[in-house]
Amino acid sequence: MAAQQMPSGSPVASEPDADGLRVDGLNAWYGQAQILHGVSLDVGPGEIIALLGRNGAGKTTTLRAIMGLVRRSARQLAFRGADIGPMPPFAIARRGLGYVPEDRRIFTDLTVDENLEAGRQPPRPGAPQWTPERLFELFPNLGRMRGRPGGAMSGGEQQMLAIARTLMGNPYMVLLDEPAEGLAPRLVEDMAAALLTLKREGLSLLVAEQNLNFARLLADRAHVLAGGATHFSGTMAELDADPAVRDALLAV
Amino acid sequence: MSAPPLLTATGLARAWGGVRAVDDVSFSVAAGEIVALIGPNGAGKSTCFNLINGQLQPDAGRVLLSGRDITGAGPARAFRAGVGRTFQIAATFASMTVRENVQTALAAGRGQIMRPWGAGRNVARDDAMRLLALSGMAAQAERPAAELAYGDVKRLELAIALAGAPRLLLMDEPTAGMAPADRADLMRTAVAVARKQNIGVLFTEHDMDAVFAHADRILVLDRGRLIASGAPADVRDNAAVRAAYLGDGVLFAATSGPHPGDPKSS
Amino acid sequence: MSFWIAQFLTGLASAASLFLVASGLSIIFGVTRVVNFAHGAFYMIGAYVAWSLTERLAGAFGWWGGVLLAAAAVAALGALAEILVLRRIYQAPELFQLLATFGLTLIAADLVVMLWGPDELVGRRAPGLTGSIALFDQMIPAWDLFLIVLGPVALGLLWLLFNRTRFGVLVRAATQDREMAAALGVNEKWLFTGVFALGVFLAALAGALQLPRESVNHHMDLRIIVDAFVVVVIGGLGSITGAFIAALLVAQLNAFGILLFPKISLVIIFLVMAAVLAVRPWGLLGRPDVAQRPPAATSARPWRPLGAAGRLAMAALALAAMALPFISGEYLVIAATETLIFAILAVSLHMLLSVAGVASFGHAAFFGLGAYGVALAVKGLGLGMGAALALAPLAGLVGAGLFALAAARLSGVYLAMLTLAFAQILWSIAFQWVEVTGGDNGVLGLWPTGFAAQPAGFYWLTLGVAVLVIGASRVIMFSPFGYGLRGVRDEARRAASIGVRPGLMRWCAFAIAGTGAAVAGALFAFLKGSVFPDTLAIPVSVDSLAMVLLGGVQTTLGPLVGAVAYKALSIWLLSQTQWSKLALGLVILAVVLAFPRGLVGVVNQWRDRWAKRPPGSGEHP
Repeated sequence: MAAQQMPSGSPVASEPDADGLRVDGLNAWYGQAQILHGVSLDVGPGEIIALLGRNGAGKTTTLRAIMGLVRRSARQLAFRGADIGPMPPFAIARRGLGYVPEDRRIFTDLTVDENLEAGRQPPRPGAPQWTPERLFELFPNLGRMRGRPGGAMSGGEQQMLAIARTLMGNPYMVLLDEPAEGLAPRLVEDMAAALLTLKREGLSLLVAEQNLNFARLLADRAHVLAGGATHFSGTMAELDADPAVRDALLAV
Repeated sequence: MSAPPLLTATGLARAWGGVRAVDDVSFSVAAGEIVALIGPNGAGKSTCFNLINGQLQPDAGRVLLSGRDITGAGPARAFRAGVGRTFQIAATFASMTVRENVQTALAAGRGQIMRPWGAGRNVARDDAMRLLALSGMAAQAERPAAELAYGDVKRLELAIALAGAPRLLLMDEPTAGMAPADRADLMRTAVAVARKQNIGVLFTEHDMDAVFAHADRILVLDRGRLIASGAPADVRDNAAVRAAYLGDGVLFAATSGPHPGDPKSS
Repeated sequence: MSFWIAQFLTGLASAASLFLVASGLSIIFGVTRVVNFAHGAFYMIGAYVAWSLTERLAGAFGWWGGVLLAAAAVAALGALAEILVLRRIYQAPELFQLLATFGLTLIAADLVVMLWGPDELVGRRAPGLTGSIALFDQMIPAWDLFLIVLGPVALGLLWLLFNRTRFGVLVRAATQDREMAAALGVNEKWLFTGVFALGVFLAALAGALQLPRESVNHHMDLRIIVDAFVVVVIGGLGSITGAFIAALLVAQLNAFGILLFPKISLVIIFLVMAAVLAVRPWGLLGRPDVAQRPPAATSARPWRPLGAAGRLAMAALALAAMALPFISGEYLVIAATETLIFAILAVSLHMLLSVAGVASFGHAAFFGLGAYGVALAVKGLGLGMGAALALAPLAGLVGAGLFALAAARLSGVYLAMLTLAFAQILWSIAFQWVEVTGGDNGVLGLWPTGFAAQPAGFYWLTLGVAVLVIGASRVIMFSPFGYGLRGVRDEARRAASIGVRPGLMRWCAFAIAGTGAAVAGALFAFLKGSVFPDTLAIPVSVDSLAMVLLGGVQTTLGPLVGAVAYKALSIWLLSQTQWSKLALGLVILAVVLAFPRGLVGVVNQWRDRWAKRPPGSGEHP
């Protein structure tokens, strides 16, 4: 059932979008194992896009492949008009594309302040600009533990630190891998509120998510992956309007 | 009193730093039965799997193979007890040919692996070819394993796992990393061999097509607990399973906790 | 009592420079995962450059300016070496990196002699710190007191650098998670270069600061590097505080060991290191190395035994080799004998390194055990040549077997370091246990008897043994056991799941390789008619490693070809140039950088490209 090709709900704009992320025909490998078989997606400026799919569908690998952290090939891999296909990860990050991995990967030996410093990059024209103080307004918990080592923080605090650390690079867009995973229910709501704040600041987000309800709270549009390929692209409303499609791709 | 089932797991529990990755899980697998173990991210599948194959010692509970205790036995002892396994990221011997891979497994299974003389290439040639034929790899027997397409690596891995004449075959995400077209093919091959040789199979899988097409029975884990178990049709209609996968019902309660024992594979 | 205090202060002073060198080594490893053997060379160059700057140009910068300028200049040299050499091999197996940086060490050793001459140089002392100060009824050199203060100050400055600067934060971040740091926009390339330059700066500074304490000489490099290795391994690779604690420990062990246990003073630090690793396999403050790399990259080309033609060719080669004494002079026969002995040594290391995939940087241990086994059998037990040759390899078997038991929990860099430590322990015993080993004077008068008394006879004997050993190694390689070894090397998890026990297989590989190396050592003892501690020293380990890598670590004939080529080359270089280390170092660098597959690997590659035949259809030696 996952093999059936879903018609695209909203056809992707035919105009090349110089400000967003455009991915077409993305393949990726771990060693010999091919994990992605032609993922296509796009994220426009200021949008929050959900990347949905069951576990194993290839969401994490898609984000890692965009960042250049796994071996990949693509027909198109463009960010703000530049081909990022040949670039190493640090160069992609320096173009203003941030990444927050699923397992957070906080520098556990470093304090909160030092983690933020490690993510700091010069301000970028047209992108929201962040200082530790501004980030502590967004995530008040972090401001109360600036000197604490990352390793001595709870999972939820680490998640906020991971996002704040990436924001210190003043990115135009952030790839977020399951930001709500492992958070207590109350923190999930806080996280959703924080992400919507980021959107209001003008940041674009591509959020890999398994929880449809969380995605509904945030996203304008969704791409749904199954078996390492894109099987649906459209608005959240279009996805909900077709329970058969939704269940085939997301439920058991 | 009938004979004990092939595999019996009772009251398995394992915590990682206070998080119950696997919590009081009990089930059994009969000889010749194909059982799938599924669940959303962080459900505890991998931890559960590693408890069954002896890699991990459970905090509580036991694993019996035909009534014999193999709890936390370690890979080598589990192998001798009759457990064969394949890996999520397929693992074959890259410096050997396809046939030599299987011959190495056969030599190990027959207690010849410590013999420092005689040509390893001549050990159980015919049996190796028979196993390669079973897994559809006979035509590639002389190729270097390092050059195989990934789908064929998976097939070779199956042949290696079968070389120990296992009674229970554990497959960790057998179709992960394969091209969609190859997946059904591999599952068909594995299931056909298992049925023919009366091998019990327990597998984890993300590809629901593979699960529903081949499993006799499906076990669903969510946050470390077994929330459903039964025939594919029953599991598909189960409300708890739907909620676990879609996050329906209570708005946020369905976001599951982290399980450090679960390698993330999406 | 006061004497003990003085000794303690001397130990503290030594700890400072040891700490500077070791912390540099540790920082470099933490970020780049490279064990920089050349670190001792940079220490030595730092001392030489500082000597020149303070001696010749003292007026221009003053003594202190000269010392700092020397460290900075050597740091720039280090950055150059990083860009030219290390950048190309960050992804390579760790033994390639060790060997490449050893190549740099060899080059540096000859270059300093070229530039500064072979004699020891006595440097100027630091102005204002030339005298001694009376403390506890002892005269303590003021310079030592300065160093004692310097140690903690350096630790504090490094702490500030790593905790209060952006560079330090990025280094710590990259040490913990390089990939994440890159995803945050950190350019690894230049961070690595910066870290390497910093590490070299510390080493060179330590070397420069030795000027007032000891004369500058071209043996400083190897002397410091072994101690520095021990310090970082005890402290934990990548931990600066660990390096500080371990430097104190090692320096005090050195200072008091010589007083309390004069017989085993050299062994003590290695025993302490072995004990620490047994309890904490990653050192006192180190962490498990998550990113384990295979010690030798796996070949994608299945190994094949020789076909009929290949066997015929080998037999013809052996027959031709037998004819050598009839057509050449004694010098060539002796050189050929030595080459054959090293071929046996290389083949034994190949069994461990290539077949079983176990990193060893201390193969000299087993070679030396064979050599001293002969000495003991002949001088101690009064046995003849035949019996000694038969018994001596048992020393290698027992040594390797015991070592492999103790090292069972280790792998990767730490195992390589422990093999090095094991060889150094044996070297220390040979050096200090004068009653049995003769110490530095060695054991003399171990001449072959009977038909082997003549060089030609001994050559034939060696040839026979070599044919046997090489033949046996090939039988083992292609036996079911050999396949099991390779299975463990290729995929240990998979091997375990089919009932192969990785631990047992690796132990067996050590036992076999140790025995083979001891056979070579035993023959070597009779060839030279004597045994010296040199047979256990680092150059023997490096030579054997260079031979295997030169021939091609992924091939089966590589060690044979590599041994002949390397030994012939080094014998020839010795006769042609006085700068043989420089030449060998360049050869090693060329092999590692240009021919990482080795000679046989290159030949195979050409054959594949030209023949274009379907893979697996022919015989690949």
